[in-house]
Amino acid sequence: MNQLISTGPLAIGLAHFLTVGAILFTLGIFGIFLNRKNLIIIMMSIELMLLAVNINLVAFSSFLGDLVGQVFTMLVLTVAAAEAAIGLAIVVVFYRNRRTIEVEDINEMKG
Amino acid sequence: MPAFLIPAVPELFMAIAAMVLLLAGVFREKDSTAILSWLSVGVMAVAVGLILNIKGSGTAFNDLFVVNAFTSFAKILTLIGAGLTLLLINSWAHEENVARFELPVIVLFSTIGMMMMISANDLISLYVGLELQSLSLYVLAAFRRDNARSTEAGVKYFVLGALASGLLLYGSSLVYGFGGTTTFDGLATAIKSGPSSVGVIVGVVFVISGLAFKVSAAPFHMWTPDVYEGAPTPITAFFSVAPKVAALCLFLRVLVGPFAPMIEQWQQVIVLISILSMLWGSVAAITQKNIKRLMAYSSIGHVGYALIGLAVGNEEGARGLLFYLLIYVLMNVGTFAVILSMRVKGRYVEDITDLAGLAKHNPLMAAALAALMFSMAGIPPLAGFLGKYFIFVAAVNAGFVPLAIIGLLASVIGAFYYIRIIKLAYFDEATVRLDKPGLLTGVLMAASSILMLVYFIYPAQLVSGAESAAKALFLG
Repeated sequence: MNQLISTGPLAIGLAHFLTVGAILFTLGIFGIFLNRKNLIIIMMSIELMLLAVNINLVAFSSFLGDLVGQVFTMLVLTVAAAEAAIGLAIVVVFYRNRRTIEVEDINEMKG
Repeated sequence: MPAFLIPAVPELFMAIAAMVLLLAGVFREKDSTAILSWLSVGVMAVAVGLILNIKGSGTAFNDLFVVNAFTSFAKILTLIGAGLTLLLINSWAHEENVARFELPVIVLFSTIGMMMMISANDLISLYVGLELQSLSLYVLAAFRRDNARSTEAGVKYFVLGALASGLLLYGSSLVYGFGGTTTFDGLATAIKSGPSSVGVIVGVVFVISGLAFKVSAAPFHMWTPDVYEGAPTPITAFFSVAPKVAALCLFLRVLVGPFAPMIEQWQQVIVLISILSMLWGSVAAITQKNIKRLMAYSSIGHVGYALIGLAVGNEEGARGLLFYLLIYVLMNVGTFAVILSMRVKGRYVEDITDLAGLAKHNPLMAAALAALMFSMAGIPPLAGFLGKYFIFVAAVNAGFVPLAIIGLLASVIGAFYYIRIIKLAYFDEATVRLDKPGLLTGVLMAASSILMLVYFIYPAQLVSGAESAAKALFLG
């Protein structure tokens, strides 16, 4: 699994993968909190967070030489698919009631 | 049956039964709904029997799944909470004409998820169990799909729940990467063997935040009031007991299991979360007008008290936490039975002022409400007081005196809004006249309030149950 690590200034190591993962994860979190547009963008941000986790897991798996991380990734992908299906279903019933999926319009209850 | 499956028999039974019920529902449609909803309560009862039948401890599925006295206690508690609220859900669905066979089946699936996560012995099985529970709960919150508030509750719960799962998962990936394994036993040895790396600590903090979301502890509680208010009332009752028990027991298992050697790092985080939850749960509830929102803040506060037991991090604290959860479940089921009886001419009302003058036209319900509210406030000698007592004693014995004092202060502030409800019921003029409670809700609220009143006479049995569960937790 070490073919990823070449020598020299352009070597790609574990830290690079983790950085990409951390950036994607942060983007996902900010996408949820700063996004004032609509729910589909929130769903995409959630997906982005899970994919960031997958990058982390696969990178660790490769650098530890341990397959468990990749098994974990497969399970995360499966659960993410189920999560997206249920999320979209909830967004659809919400749209039927309110005729909108704008984040600003999710305001029936004040919290 | 192969020996390696025996510890997981209750879960396997429930999973197969839930799928059979689902198929039966699909093929029989309308006419089967009533039978299926009672059968699903029966499935939970049988599962309790199967759990009681398991002696000692063991693991299944290649050590991904563990069973001992602690997991059995936690699972039975979860099943009691889930089963009693499922009774409420069924009777509500039939009265409101929204009964569909999916409802009890989804409740069953989410309960299986809770049992899986209680027994999880690996970060992977923890995540899968947690998601099975959460995904079912999102659907339940949005179950009234023609109702704008219910679907909004579903959307909010889904978005924030998915965020929490993401945090937990990111934490798990860091723990895996820097600890080198996902099994709890492997992590325990890896962490014990040397100074914990920063990666593992950051990972644990992420895992804690994810779990704190799931138990609705402040400052991760934002979803709770809206979801509690928007979701149908009996489903709110379910949210407030079963997932709370399961997630708190999981919290306990994860922190005092694999991450026990890092107690100095996580202890301060839990202390902070616990203090914030207790204070926010008592202060923010004071201004609430809607009884379901009020119960949401009340549950945030109760989670704060329970987390003291976790922050202490020893056997006495774990015993206090388990005992507190037990009382909390029984108390909350009764309180939600009262809330479900708040109907005016067949229509549900949720404003706390609708309880005004309850004592004049329904003295029995008012008495039950008073007993439950005094118990929630922790007035001796009611059961709610005993729960808090064991928690605070554990905190003081372990040297967490300031934490116990803050807890006492928070419960004094909290007593204000509980006792205000009693004042409304007994001393205010009635504005509306509530209908007579139904048979099931009546029985549940009577049983729960009588239990709260007389429990102090013979507490030993349940305390010793919690004690042996806590022992098993610290053994393995």
